[in-house]
Amino acid sequence: MANRWAQLALIALLVAAGGLLAPSTYYFRVGALVCISAIAVVGLNLLLGYAGQVSLGHAGFVGVGAYAVAVLPAHFGVPPLAAFVAGAMVSLLLALAIGKPILRLKGHFLAVATLGFGVLVAMVLTNETRWTGGPDGMTVPRLELFGERIRTAQQWYWISGGVLLLGVALAQNLLESPTGRALRALHDSEVAARVAGVDVARAKLIVFAVSAVYASVAGSCLALLNGHITPDAAGFLHSVELVTMVVLGGMGSLVGSIVGAAALIILPQVLTVFHEYEHLLLGLFIVLIMIFLRDGIVPTLARRFGRGGSA
Amino acid sequence: MSSPASGLLSVRNIGIAFGGVRAVDDVSFDLAPGEVLSIIGPNGAGKTTLFNLVSGVYRATGGGVSLGGADVTGLPVERLAALGLSRTFQNLQVFYRMTALENVMVGRHIHESRNVLAHLLALPGTAAAERRTRERAMAELERVGLADVAGRPAGSLAYGMLKRLEIARALATEPKVLLLDEPAAGCNATETAEIDHLIAVIAKGGVGVCLVEHDMKLVMAISDRVHVLAQGRTLMEGRPADVACDPRVIEAYLGSGLPGAEAAHV
Repeated sequence: MANRWAQLALIALLVAAGGLLAPSTYYFRVGALVCISAIAVVGLNLLLGYAGQVSLGHAGFVGVGAYAVAVLPAHFGVPPLAAFVAGAMVSLLLALAIGKPILRLKGHFLAVATLGFGVLVAMVLTNETRWTGGPDGMTVPRLELFGERIRTAQQWYWISGGVLLLGVALAQNLLESPTGRALRALHDSEVAARVAGVDVARAKLIVFAVSAVYASVAGSCLALLNGHITPDAAGFLHSVELVTMVVLGGMGSLVGSIVGAAALIILPQVLTVFHEYEHLLLGLFIVLIMIFLRDGIVPTLARRFGRGGSA
Repeated sequence: MSSPASGLLSVRNIGIAFGGVRAVDDVSFDLAPGEVLSIIGPNGAGKTTLFNLVSGVYRATGGGVSLGGADVTGLPVERLAALGLSRTFQNLQVFYRMTALENVMVGRHIHESRNVLAHLLALPGTAAAERRTRERAMAELERVGLADVAGRPAGSLAYGMLKRLEIARALATEPKVLLLDEPAAGCNATETAEIDHLIAVIAKGGVGVCLVEHDMKLVMAISDRVHVLAQGRTLMEGRPADVACDPRVIEAYLGSGLPGAEAAHV
């Protein structure tokens, strides 16, 4: 309980410190990208880290959110904010519709089914050129909040930081509720969860839908920050990147989600000084983390420094 | 399908086949509130399979189950839980990454709100409900003597403790029927005596208790009736004293090629 306020305070402090110390637009942009990715990763961690259900297609929902704020204003004159909400709704409904049949699958089978979904979304976005601009993508109109156009990276940094905080707070609420307990329970033993009265299929569907909304919100923020969007946002590589962030930061750790997102966004930026060795070093880093901090950065360190590891 | 059941739980001619092998065949028994019924039999007799059939984990290929007079044949496990049937597992099914207290709190699930939006937004009332769940779970932990390890991860608890943790989780659902699959397995004499006492108290509270157990001393001490299975079929059912000296039962145990500790107890 006290733990949860400490978590929120820590994240707020990091966001504030980053914002106050950032020396240039470039830093704000990287910071905003970290926050935006972290939103999707927090959601995916609910599904993967807490409930133990794999999704290799979550970037598909990022794509839905991203293209909602691009396509709806461009073709239907919907205001960006309404398009943002509509994207989240579509992702929710889509997750409920496809989750129902595929969440019966377990392990590798579920991984392949979700992968298929992600690939499908990316293909639609690539091929429906008339609506989406095809592989080249399309421009995204600026968001307007309180009569002001949000265009700078600095503004987006603070907005995405705020959305991230809200996302973490909601995730905490969920985890400390009967629904959250049901998710963690079915991860360890589905049959025991069912005997305790948990409707396992329903619980999985709920967390899949919730995580889809997180991904969609992240996608909308990403599109609005960049002002341009391509189908890569929904691509397989992006899905894998999100899963990597969850595992790297720590499955079943909300703070870990943010650390994982930060690591995979900031490191490539830092490693550019090594030029052609950049990808080699990034891969090496990931491998070393997995060997020496097997449960992910945050849970392993929390345990090592004797904080119980419930972060 | 089911006859109007006089008892709390009524199992009629239930059976299941795995690839031609009839693991459980045509087994019937009844259970009344406050009664303790033990199901015994040599290894491989189908005791755990029978539990899996009654609790809905397996789907019966024949026969039926009624609970409180209503036909519940083929209902999924979670529906049966809501109707008052709970169980423990022979091979532990514990939520290892959760604390002992959280494990038991999961057992309160059917008595808790299912409103996900309220959970996400932590609407007024959720904190109070959470506190009630916590208190009730704590009371169940105290009942099985695990209050002092409430905050520890279940994965760090000893085997005998986990057996009792499963019982506490099952009790938290407030069951009418409780199926205990080898509650005393792996427990020392003191722990077995505690479980013996605990089962008696549970039954006194009006819960129908059905247990699979190898510890014959425990079975003879606490059972009102004993149901003997051999090779998936009912061998006999009767009072503990009658079962213990029945030649068919002795034959089933000795003839099963396992003249070990179990047979010696009978």
